[in-house]
Amino acid sequence: MSDWDTHSPSLWGAFRALVRRDLLLAWKRPGDVLNPLFFFAMVATLFPLAVGPNEEQLAFSGPGVLWVAALLAALLSLNGLFLTDYEDGSLDQLLLSPQPLPLLVLAKTTQHWLISGLPLVIVSPLVALTFQMPDRAVGIMMVTLLLGTVSLSLLGSIGAALTVGLNRGNALLSLLILPLAMPVLIFGARTVALAAANDVVAAGIYFLGAFSVLTMVFAPFAAAAALKISNE
Amino acid sequence: MPVKLQGENLCLFRGERCLFQGLNFHVSQGELLLVEGSNGSGKTSLLRAVAGLIQFEEGEIHWKGESVRSNRQAFLGDMGWLAHRVGFKGDLSLAENLRFETGLRSVERKDMMPVLQRLGIERLLQLPLRALSAGQQRRSALARLILVNARLWLMDEPFANLDAAGRELVLELISEHLDRGGLCMLAAHQEVTMNNVMHRLRL
Repeated sequence: MSDWDTHSPSLWGAFRALVRRDLLLAWKRPGDVLNPLFFFAMVATLFPLAVGPNEEQLAFSGPGVLWVAALLAALLSLNGLFLTDYEDGSLDQLLLSPQPLPLLVLAKTTQHWLISGLPLVIVSPLVALTFQMPDRAVGIMMVTLLLGTVSLSLLGSIGAALTVGLNRGNALLSLLILPLAMPVLIFGARTVALAAANDVVAAGIYFLGAFSVLTMVFAPFAAAAALKISNE
Repeated sequence: MPVKLQGENLCLFRGERCLFQGLNFHVSQGELLLVEGSNGSGKTSLLRAVAGLIQFEEGEIHWKGESVRSNRQAFLGDMGWLAHRVGFKGDLSLAENLRFETGLRSVERKDMMPVLQRLGIERLLQLPLRALSAGQQRRSALARLILVNARLWLMDEPFANLDAAGRELVLELISEHLDRGGLCMLAAHQEVTMNNVMHRLRL
C-alpha cells in the first residue's frame, strides 16, 4: 500500500496559485480588464465636454465626477468576480479545496483589485488633466483612489458572492453594494475637493485607510459565508 | 483501524421535496460504494451533501471516525471531487489548469506525464481547455483526481461523455485506487462491474 501523505497545506502557496491563475485568465481576455477602465476614462473625459470649458466649474465638479466614475467602473467589473467560476464548476473545486475559503476569497479580491482598481489609479492623473486639477490635488486623488478601490473590491466581493447564483444579479449587486460604498465615495470625493482648495486632507485619508483595513479584515469572511450559501 | 466513510441517519430536502431520510451507508478502505437511482432521484445531491457543498437536514457524515463537521479541513484534504462540470478554466491550457490545482492543494509537483499518458491526453497539454472535446475534458478531470493524491474519491457520473475505452479506463483506475487502499463513492445509472468489494445504495 502506498503513502497517502497529508501534505501540510501552504496558505501562501494557495493564495499565490489562485492570484496567478486569475491574472493569467485576465491576460487571455484583455477585454474584460479594459472595459471598466475605458468606461472610467470615457465618463470622466466626456463630462467636461458636456459641461463646457469653464475652468472654475470644472475644478469644482472634478473630484465628484472622477469618484463617481471610479465607483461605477468598479461595480461594472464586480459581477464577473465569481460568476465564471460558478458556471464552469471551478467554484465547487475551490470550495472543496483544503484551504480556508476566506483566504481564497481574499486572493480573488486581490486579483480583482490588481486588474480593475490599480489601472484606474494609474490612469486617473491623465483623466484629472481634463478637469484642470492642481498638482497637489492630483496626488491626493491618487492616494484616495488607491485606498478607496481596495475597499470597493473587498465590499464588492460580498455582493458578488451573494448574487452569484442569481440570474442577472447585476442590478441587485449594485443595490447591495452602493449603500456600503457611500462612506468611501463621500470621503474620497470630499478629500480631493479639500486638497484642490488647499485645505487639510489628513482626516479623510485616515478614514479611507481605516475603512480599507476594516473591509480587508471582515469582507473575506462575509464573502466566504455568502459563497457557501449561494453555491448550494 | 481501517479508514472509513460513514453516513448516519441522513435526510436531505431540496426545496419542499424530501429526497431521502433515514439513509445509512458506510464504505471502508479498498471498497466502492455505488449510488444507484433513476434521473432526479438525488444521487448528485447526496454526493454534494457528503462533500459538504449542501447541508443535510439531519444526520452526520463521519470520516476516519470523526464528524466531518468538526474536522472539515482534514476531510477536504483527503477528498477528491469529480462532478459533471469539469471545473477547469476553458481559457487556460491543460498544463496551466493542472499547475493551479497542484498549487492550490500544495501537492508536490510529481511528474504528470505518466498519468497524462495513461489517460491519453499528454498531447493536449498546451491546448486551451475549451478546444478539447467533452470526453477529453473528462479525462483531464480524472488526471486532476489522480494528481491531487486524494484518498477518497467522490465521483458523479464519471462515465459521461466517455467512449467504451474511456469507461474501461475509469473502471481500471478506480480498481487500482481501491487496491492502493483508497475509497470511492460513485454515482452512476449504468451497471458497474468490478472485482473489488462493492456496496450498493439505491435511492
